[in-house]
Amino acid sequence: MEWFTDIFLDYTLRTVALGSALLGITAGSLGGFALLRRQSLLGDAISHAALPGIAIAFLLTGSKAPLVLILGAALAGWLGAALIASVTLRTRIKYDSALGIMLSVFFGFGLVLLTYIQKQPDANQAGLESFLFGQAAALIQRDVMVILSIGTVIIFLMVLLWKEFKMLSFDPDFGATLGFPIRKLDHILTALFVIAIVIGLQTVGVVLMSAMIIAPAAAARQWTDRLGHMILAAALFGAISGVGGAVTSSRVGNLPTGPTIVLIVSAIVVISLLFAPNRGIVFRKVREWKAGKNLRVDAVLVDLFTLASQHTSKEYPHSERVLDVMSTISGPARRTLHLLETLGLARQIDQNNWSLTPEGVERAQTVIRNQFGGSLST
Amino acid sequence: MSPSVEIQLIAVVVAVACALPGAFLVLQRMAMMSDAISHAILPGIVLAFFITHDLGSPLMILGAAASGVLTVALVELLRKTGLLAEDAAIGIVFPALFSVGVVLIARYAGDVHLDIDAVLLGELAFAPFDRFILSGVDVGPRALVIMSAVLVVDLVFIVVFFKELKLTTFDAALAGSLGFAPVLLHYVLMGLVSVTAVGAFDAVGSILVVALMVAPPASAYLLTDRLKPMIYISCGIGALSAIGGYWFARYLDASIAGAMATVAGAAFVLVVFLAPHRGLWSLARRRASQKLLFGRKMLVIHLYNHEGLPEADLECRVEHLEDHLRWDHQFANRAVKSSIARSLILREGSLLMLTDEGRMLAREALVEF
Repeated sequence: MEWFTDIFLDYTLRTVALGSALLGITAGSLGGFALLRRQSLLGDAISHAALPGIAIAFLLTGSKAPLVLILGAALAGWLGAALIASVTLRTRIKYDSALGIMLSVFFGFGLVLLTYIQKQPDANQAGLESFLFGQAAALIQRDVMVILSIGTVIIFLMVLLWKEFKMLSFDPDFGATLGFPIRKLDHILTALFVIAIVIGLQTVGVVLMSAMIIAPAAAARQWTDRLGHMILAAALFGAISGVGGAVTSSRVGNLPTGPTIVLIVSAIVVISLLFAPNRGIVFRKVREWKAGKNLRVDAVLVDLFTLASQHTSKEYPHSERVLDVMSTISGPARRTLHLLETLGLARQIDQNNWSLTPEGVERAQTVIRNQFGGSLST
Repeated sequence: MSPSVEIQLIAVVVAVACALPGAFLVLQRMAMMSDAISHAILPGIVLAFFITHDLGSPLMILGAAASGVLTVALVELLRKTGLLAEDAAIGIVFPALFSVGVVLIARYAGDVHLDIDAVLLGELAFAPFDRFILSGVDVGPRALVIMSAVLVVDLVFIVVFFKELKLTTFDAALAGSLGFAPVLLHYVLMGLVSVTAVGAFDAVGSILVVALMVAPPASAYLLTDRLKPMIYISCGIGALSAIGGYWFARYLDASIAGAMATVAGAAFVLVVFLAPHRGLWSLARRRASQKLLFGRKMLVIHLYNHEGLPEADLECRVEHLEDHLRWDHQFANRAVKSSIARSLILREGSLLMLTDEGRMLAREALVEF
């Protein structure tokens, strides 16, 4: 539990953990909307497109103050997002190509500017590269304050425009017919998205930012079908991975924070995909298995009943072999017959022969009524 | 060869090698797979490096190709659960794999020459100094030799399987029903993308791989509707971006890879505006001329309707068009002028009269509407 007290006592760890957690909350909650709007890779494009903005902001002002760089990055990222939308709308270039082009070309141009800045004789440019790969460990209190204040504004606006963003995500056309300014809302949500990405660049870097946005939301999506719950869960997952990454990388030597955060959030995704109730893969398999079992039980029950109906007694016994041949279920009927026996619906007469119990007859008649509307001849 | 020529040669070979599989990625709407793969090959490169301790070993290519195919398989696995859309699956898989690579480097390879900057950004300027020596003979820069080999592999694959690729790209279902194994082809294509990406990574970095795989083919896509010309044009634009980028970088004394991406982007912007048929400029012109054509038709129909009737004097005037057809003054004048130029109508003072041709057009247009 030493790490637990360290979070409160160790200045560096506290700063990094707090910054990463705030980032996880902001990016995770906005990521929920991106996921639902099928814009999962837009975050990746925006984070790359922000690079020239950082360089230009530095070239124009000569300052490395976080707010100046964030502003430049946000403008460039927003321009990239706008161009992606515009190119997809106005030409026959598809969304994925538009993303790829803006991402790589903006980034390439940013790289040109960065290398150009580096060659300038007296530029105090050291540290601009940290935006490329992120340096969570180098977060200082000032950075955390910036993340905190911007993150608060973003979350506040998200709550304020909650109903509108919900409409935008699920049925923008319907929203437009109700008179909501859908295009304006789209611009606002994109702008919030851009800002959330930009404040994260310094912490986790360009490449990993896309995971910070999409992974918590993708994990949260598995646990619930309600937007509010999903966004809360995404924020929670984002915060957990932020803190978890910060703590783990401070405990283990030579473990960079950004990638650790991403690995933790990826693990959360895998766990959610497997074990989330209802949607999770394990639950689905169990449900399928149960449904399959019920179907097999009913199938053998009806078969046995159909056979017995040819005789005077509905409980007339028949051999397992006949059921094997007759049955539409895959595999031998024996296992299902034993299951019927434990359910008290059938009983084994001798080595090979089985008959229905009175309860079995009743159940079979119900099944036939439900499935065939009682039209099966008896 | 001077270093300058060698760099340009490497750049051109990289650009062409990227454009070949890139054309199919763009057409199959999987452009972002190039981004995913070019990042996700990192752990493969790192693991192969741990085994060989040699950045030039062929095992690196194999490791990268394997992790590229692993990326595709993981994305496919996630998508098949039905719980995630494909783009979300991509957006989760490649950062995770990239993180594995970064962590491996940070933990176990801190002191060797393998840093993330090089993978992500590349530095073409140093490429000529790394020579490929084959039994004592200097064959050329290592990057040039490797990329030429990659280019040959790409070329052979696309030439041999052209028919299959074409069919899979445009109608995967038909390809499947004809027994062409589109899934296998998909994986082979992705393997090819990985091999190309890893071949290019230490020369130009992974982001440039994305730029060269997507931007030139996307430009070509706006210039032609045929697959073969599209591939040729992609290669051409890629090669031009490579050379243009080199000189741009030299002028600024900046990153060559970044400059190549910038020039490829500039070429794309040019094409978006100026492409014949599909460019924005030609679209705008076509819209304007269609609007004018529609205006002429409306004009002759209007005149035809009122021709020879008592109110004709009143109706068949330029000023009245603005009222009746709700045209603004400028457009009314333009429609009248262009109709006169095509001798559809005659003008006497402000009175307009149909010619025989105008009457014909009016009748045709009425049937059309």
